[in-house]
Amino acid sequence: MNIDRGLLSVENLVKHFDISGGMLDQLSFEKGRLIRKRTTVKAVNQVSFTIHSGETLSVVGESGCGKSTLARTIMGLYPPNSGHVYYQAERIDHLSAHQMLPFRARMQMIFQDPYASLNPRKTVRQTLEEPLVFHHRGMSASMVKEKVAIVMDQVGVDPQWADRYPHEFSGGQRQRISIARALMVDPEFIVADEPVSALDVSIQAQILNLLMDAQEKRGLTYLFITHDLSVVAHISTRVAVMYLGTLCELAPTAELYAAPHHPYTQALLSAIPKLGRKKQKHIRLSGEVPTPIHLPSGCVFHGRCRYTDDRCRQEVPKLIRLSSGADVACHAVEEGRI
Amino acid sequence: MDRLLDVKNLTVKFALRRASLTAVNNVSFSLKKSERMGLVGESGAGKSVTGFSLINLISKPGYIDSGSIFFEGRKLIGLSDEEMRHIRGNHITMIFQDPMMTLNPVLTIGTQMVETLKAHGNDSTSKAEATAIDKLRQVQIPSPEKRLKQYPHEFSGGMRQRIVIAIALLTDPALIIADEPTTALDVTIQAEIMDLLITLCDSSRMGLLLITHDLGVVSEVTEKMAVMYAGKIVESGPTRSVINQPSHPYTRGLVKAIPGNIPPGDPLYQIPGMMPTLTDIPAGCSFHPRCAYAGKVCTTETPELISVTNKQSEAACHMISGRLPESDIGSLALHREPKPHSGELMA
Repeated sequence: MNIDRGLLSVENLVKHFDISGGMLDQLSFEKGRLIRKRTTVKAVNQVSFTIHSGETLSVVGESGCGKSTLARTIMGLYPPNSGHVYYQAERIDHLSAHQMLPFRARMQMIFQDPYASLNPRKTVRQTLEEPLVFHHRGMSASMVKEKVAIVMDQVGVDPQWADRYPHEFSGGQRQRISIARALMVDPEFIVADEPVSALDVSIQAQILNLLMDAQEKRGLTYLFITHDLSVVAHISTRVAVMYLGTLCELAPTAELYAAPHHPYTQALLSAIPKLGRKKQKHIRLSGEVPTPIHLPSGCVFHGRCRYTDDRCRQEVPKLIRLSSGADVACHAVEEGRI
Repeated sequence: MDRLLDVKNLTVKFALRRASLTAVNNVSFSLKKSERMGLVGESGAGKSVTGFSLINLISKPGYIDSGSIFFEGRKLIGLSDEEMRHIRGNHITMIFQDPMMTLNPVLTIGTQMVETLKAHGNDSTSKAEATAIDKLRQVQIPSPEKRLKQYPHEFSGGMRQRIVIAIALLTDPALIIADEPTTALDVTIQAEIMDLLITLCDSSRMGLLLITHDLGVVSEVTEKMAVMYAGKIVESGPTRSVINQPSHPYTRGLVKAIPGNIPPGDPLYQIPGMMPTLTDIPAGCSFHPRCAYAGKVCTTETPELISVTNKQSEAACHMISGRLPESDIGSLALHREPKPHSGELMA
């Protein structure tokens, strides 16, 4: 059987965090008996998707839905509890640090907070040289220096500033430097975790343009993690919507915004404030997001959904492909009730 | 009297060892009763300092340098601490960005609400509790009697912000200053809080000064708005007209920089450079180093807010006042953009 695994694919990925602490913390009395209980945060549950070469796949969702955990698990920063990650059809989630090395140069990451992600005690040059020297040990010093200058120029930071420290730069410039660091080893695939959320609107546009520009020139593939739905609409090829660690809907961007299928996607999109128009009624969700420690049975969204019936409470919906090209995990959509 | 708040030529400075920085520079605006106004700008524009100075929450080394603030016809600058305390919390209340920082984590919601009421009146505890329950109901918190006995950590982020709003409502204020009230919240919760603020303002004839960086939020909640840049108001007017037909190059840039107004994948409009820090605000129009239309006059003379022809809004730009000759438009621009159609410029 030949499965199309694209550039990167994720199959039934599960990531749980054990937060029960030490042995003593796990013990408690219940009905007069001493019992031991483990507490796990079920951050990512059975998530599968494929990213094709050259596209931008955005993962959106509200805080705590597991989108950042998903990104970090894909990058191998967290080992998954189960499920597989394939890079160009090669399984990478079980590799040792040494075996992972060649993949590290091809997959890079950009983080949200440019104040936290740059080492304050390293100059820009030191920060940028490190990945290059690490991955290409034979490279001559002059070549490294030249490469730093080229990449700095590409991200719009004057190479003359290479010997300055991060605190001498503004937030937007720091984010450019983080992007430069990711680009130093000429990766194919970049995971960007909320890269513009900490920036002001006018700076945000600069950074988004830079990312789109780099993608066009270098043929990059992005996995873009964000909660900002208007940014997503602008830059993505396809969008994946997550709720409580589960993938609800994955569809081409235009399709998702024009005709969202999953009830959660509909509510999420209706909540975006619209510029210069009269306030529209948004879909109100009843209740609140449950904790990922006690996941609801069946569909994780059933407690807040208008279309819930018995099946939703018991059976976990599978992602099904609709004729429009969207993948939706919802019994109501599958049964044609929506 | 229909006037609620009148701010005239407000200037707030911070005295540092070497120099004094002007955080708010000659800002004027006014609010009618039950009117909702937005104060918009990027970080460091001076919008929060403006909000704080209205109820004298500026502490050293900051001080109100000049200007006047009238609230319901009463002059606020120059009031004694005692008199100010009466206004603040009774007639003007405030909502902050992060509800977890606003609420005291070691006191129950009930204690905090009763405490507020007692500080501002001499209600008995039982009467204060009844008011608290009533306000919690107004902000749509289910079973308020039970919730009163709970601690802040037992509530979600959205619920906490509702409680903060309920506390702000306790004394039936005439004006609420909300400083980024939805920024820390998820978009679905943000939508609910915005709905709630609009309903409350309408039902209890309350004024709202909404301080935010989010043009989308301002656009949905407010009736009028002012855009701040480097401590000054650069444009103000009815929200719909400022956002749909911005006049000042900075406002235009801000609106255009938001994804969603152009075809997906196209380069976004970007305002080059960044906002100057308060220590080195450029001479003349403080926006001129980033402006695509800047000419000679922009580097030397500070533009005043004047009304824009055919619009209800006001803007501070030499291009609008006509002080910048057409032949000189863009002559000094460090960053050029394709020459705008004359229609677009004046439309």
